[in-house]
Amino acid sequence: MDIERSRDRFAPHYLEHEKWKLGDYGAHPIDKYLRPGRIPHIWCSGCGLGISMTCFISALEESGLPLDKNCVVSGIGCTGRVAGYLKLDSYHTTHGRPIPFATGLKLGNPELTVTVFSGDGDLFAIGGNHFIHAARRNVDINVICVNNFNYGMTGGQVGPTTHLKARTTTTPYGNFEQAFNLPHVAVASGAVYVARWTTLHARRLKASIKEALLKKGFCFIEIIAPCPTAYGRRNRLGTGLNEMKYYKEHSVIRHNADPAEAELVLGGDILVGKFRDEEKPTFLDMQKEGTLDVMSGKGGSKK
Amino acid sequence: MKLWRKPLDADDWEPPKGKIYIIEERCKGCGFCEEFCPRKVLEESDKYNSRGYHPPEVVNPDDCVHCELCELICPEFAIFVLDAKEMESKKPKKKRGKGGGSKKTSQKKKSSKKQTSKKTKKGGRK
Ligand SMILES: Cc1ncc(C[n+]2csc(CCOP(=O)(O)OP(=O)(O)O)c2C)c(N)n1
Ligand code: SF4
Ligand code: SF4
Ligand code: SF4
Ligand SMILES: [Mg+2]
Repeated sequence: MDIERSRDRFAPHYLEHEKWKLGDYGAHPIDKYLRPGRIPHIWCSGCGLGISMTCFISALEESGLPLDKNCVVSGIGCTGRVAGYLKLDSYHTTHGRPIPFATGLKLGNPELTVTVFSGDGDLFAIGGNHFIHAARRNVDINVICVNNFNYGMTGGQVGPTTHLKARTTTTPYGNFEQAFNLPHVAVASGAVYVARWTTLHARRLKASIKEALLKKGFCFIEIIAPCPTAYGRRNRLGTGLNEMKYYKEHSVIRHNADPAEAELVLGGDILVGKFRDEEKPTFLDMQKEGTLDVMSGKGGSKK
Repeated sequence: MKLWRKPLDADDWEPPKGKIYIIEERCKGCGFCEEFCPRKVLEESDKYNSRGYHPPEVVNPDDCVHCELCELICPEFAIFVLDAKEMESKKPKKKRGKGGGSKKTSQKKKSSKKQTSKKTKKGGRK
């Protein structure tokens, strides 16, 4: 897609409107990737989900991949609504199941580029097993996890990424469970590409998503995002802007760092960067090879 | 911007210049664009949109270097930036022909395209 052209087309259209009205389509160059009439989205002021989606769209545009061969799959949650806003073949699946759904899409139609876009609770609580096994098999899909450290949509309950000691609706005296370190989980499970950025690092995030879209194998990107309404308020993190400023002051960019060091502590530094970028045969490669071996009589380890 | 040494070829370069468009009704007043614009072009305005948020306003239009960070970082798709020169050159013209299938050629905005609109001033910032 030619971004310049889209702007030429939409800018005059926009300029003819004194004011943007609900349902006016094409007021912003990005609108052609959004379903008509669905903006404004439901996300709160200062929420990081809008930035995550813009970065994904820009990366997709820059990657030059055909839009009709790109699918996005989301689960349930605030993040899960991404699928409903994107004007692609996008699927809003049941809670925790976007990865098996995406795996099916990819295996059924290998020429698709399939991206899972979902929340921390969806992918690592109810959907945790799916994540580790898709990564282990190296299914050729991309997983983007927006980590806002809680279940935003249902009112801010504790989740598997909630910081130790943090307050949520279900941990009013502070969370006493250890949290997942997502890049570490991803690397240990076998993902070939693992990166983490905050919503402040919009450009680097966009570049990472583009790399993942163009890379074969299981790619995982964690996006640390503010959730001022549910998590920020209970932990006195302030507005979304305060959280973004915090990211600016406390992010440490280090590529190829040991993911074991990427643990997050409430009030501590945030290690961001690309943790892993390697090549490995994908699930489909292995399956093809295995089938060929069997057919040519080489397969099996019997006798 | 302060430079500790003026680059030798500084005169050969002209920094890009952006024209900013704000879709005020979409803004939820998060302040990201105002805070993180590297040239401090934007500031919160006094006016309200219909949802009661204060959209940003352009206070230093000449300082914008068309970096597009505000566009990327706005969670509401409420702000975007176009090349200022190109937008200035866009004079009222007839319908664009053909709707041609021009492929991506270059990232630079050299080729000025046929334009439809006349009200280049309207609506951007009121
Ligand atoms: C099977 C099932 N269990 C529970 C729920 C309730 N539920 C809806 S969203 C959600 C959590 C979402 O958290 P997360 O994935 O982190 O998304 P966020 O809202 O934080 O973006 C839960 C538990 C559900 N919809 N379906
Ligand atoms: S509850 Fe949190 S995650 Fe959900 S839209 Fe609001 S700020 Fe965003
Ligand atoms: S394009 Fe860059 S310089 Fe111009 S207003 Fe936006 S952030 Fe500021
Ligand atoms: S970033 Fe967007 S929503 Fe936030 S204040 Fe600027 S224009 Fe408004
Ligand atoms: Mg969450």
